[in-house]
Amino acid sequence: MRFRYVLSEVLVGLWRNVTMTVAMIITMAVSLTMLGASFVLYRQVDQMKTWYYDRIEVSIFLSKDITDAQRQNIDASLTGDELVRSVEYENKEQAYTKFRELYADAPDLLSAVKPDQLPESFRVKLKDPQQYQLVFDKYKNTEGIDDIVDQRKLLNKIFDILGAIQTMALVAASIMAVAALMLVGNTIQVAAYSKRREVAVMKLVGASNWFIQSPFVLEAVVAGVVGAVLAFVGLVLSKWLLIDGSLQTLNQLLTPVHWSTIFATLPLMAAAGALISAVTAWVTLRFYIRV
Amino acid sequence: MIQLEHVTKTYPKASRPSLDDVSVGIEKGEFVFFIGPSGSGKSTFVKLLLHEVTPTRGKVIVNQRDVTSMRSWKIPSFRRSIGCVFQDFRLLPNRTAYENVAFALEVIGKSKAVARRVVPEVLELVGLGGKEHRYPNELSGGEQQRVAVARAFVNRPLILLADEPTGNLDPDTSIEIMRLLDRINRTGTTVVMVTHDSNIVNQMRRRVVEIDSGRIVRDQPRGVYG
Repeated sequence: MRFRYVLSEVLVGLWRNVTMTVAMIITMAVSLTMLGASFVLYRQVDQMKTWYYDRIEVSIFLSKDITDAQRQNIDASLTGDELVRSVEYENKEQAYTKFRELYADAPDLLSAVKPDQLPESFRVKLKDPQQYQLVFDKYKNTEGIDDIVDQRKLLNKIFDILGAIQTMALVAASIMAVAALMLVGNTIQVAAYSKRREVAVMKLVGASNWFIQSPFVLEAVVAGVVGAVLAFVGLVLSKWLLIDGSLQTLNQLLTPVHWSTIFATLPLMAAAGALISAVTAWVTLRFYIRV
Repeated sequence: MIQLEHVTKTYPKASRPSLDDVSVGIEKGEFVFFIGPSGSGKSTFVKLLLHEVTPTRGKVIVNQRDVTSMRSWKIPSFRRSIGCVFQDFRLLPNRTAYENVAFALEVIGKSKAVARRVVPEVLELVGLGGKEHRYPNELSGGEQQRVAVARAFVNRPLILLADEPTGNLDPDTSIEIMRLLDRINRTGTTVVMVTHDSNIVNQMRRRVVEIDSGRIVRDQPRGVYG
């Protein structure tokens, strides 16, 4: 009986004020989409870091006038270095082959470059990619070494960009969340006002606060959860249409977004939506329905 | 049943207290009129009993419970022991007489089956048998007040608090409502009625407590309006 009473109160309440309810759900959905997207990005950057850090190398480019003795000397000290996991030597021909693969769509550039213009190098994988600086300091003054380049530096630029996008999404999510909060508060106020007679009588005859407030709080929670479901649908669509669709070429650079990551956003967004709505509604009621 | 001990209530920003060091005791089963001009502190008295306001100083004890220090979550269950009737009836306009009374039961967690058994009984008691399914706007003022009394009484409260229940009614209807309250009093319910209706007070000849400017100026058994 109580459950049915509360349920019908919730549905009637949401319908009575339908434009406000729709506004509340839309803002909530947009805010939660941003939250979900930033969560996906966060997971993605994490995943990319482990994927790339496993593969990145420190390139030690050798000077053009390096002697065989110097080369052997460097090779020996790298191989014996405890920071180093593996060392691979790349001669001019190999560098040229890689270069051609990399710039296959720029024939002008290819024709301008000859194999002996490209430097030989050692491709070094570190046991811990974070310790680049130690390696750099150790070898920067060694005879025969022209330049030492850490691929991680290039990657960090990409991660910085992704991080910035994530921050932007979070900022947008918080701004929209403030709007959503205000709409929830306002909707609850309107609902409480339209039922002020019932509320007055309920207080008079000694209905518990829980009983008086739960229909209003549940109204907000229902709207929050509906918003979360809409946000989830939005994320599924963008995975389907954007990431697997028009942006697929980016997949060579970015690691693929798994469906499991997308699905993991649903409980997150539903919980955030429901919690935010419930707390806002409850706080609003503290002010509007005093004992 | 009701005990006020040196109660003073001063509202914020008010220059003088609404109730000033008031002490009064009401026994179980009594019928007491509180009279006095507007602004004398009668309404504050009602609000204190319902814990709508808390006293600035002093103690309010209702049904052996110290209302002053009551935790807020206990107030709802405390209010169930007090039935309330007001000048403006406070009925829900979109509910029938039956539904108005049943609502009071439902919201404190009683089942529909209990309501089906108890509500017709109490509507019969207040003399509204056969009018259960009328809406408030299809009932006269006196009948609406009977619905309000039925709603206040349906939980069998220990105390019935009536705040100017005849304020909106003509003399004949007022007397009918008074007969109803008298009948409820005879079931053992303590009745506290705030009024400035001199006719009624003079006819009933019950205990009269007169308040003026926040102080009790008269307390006599079987009194008149003065």
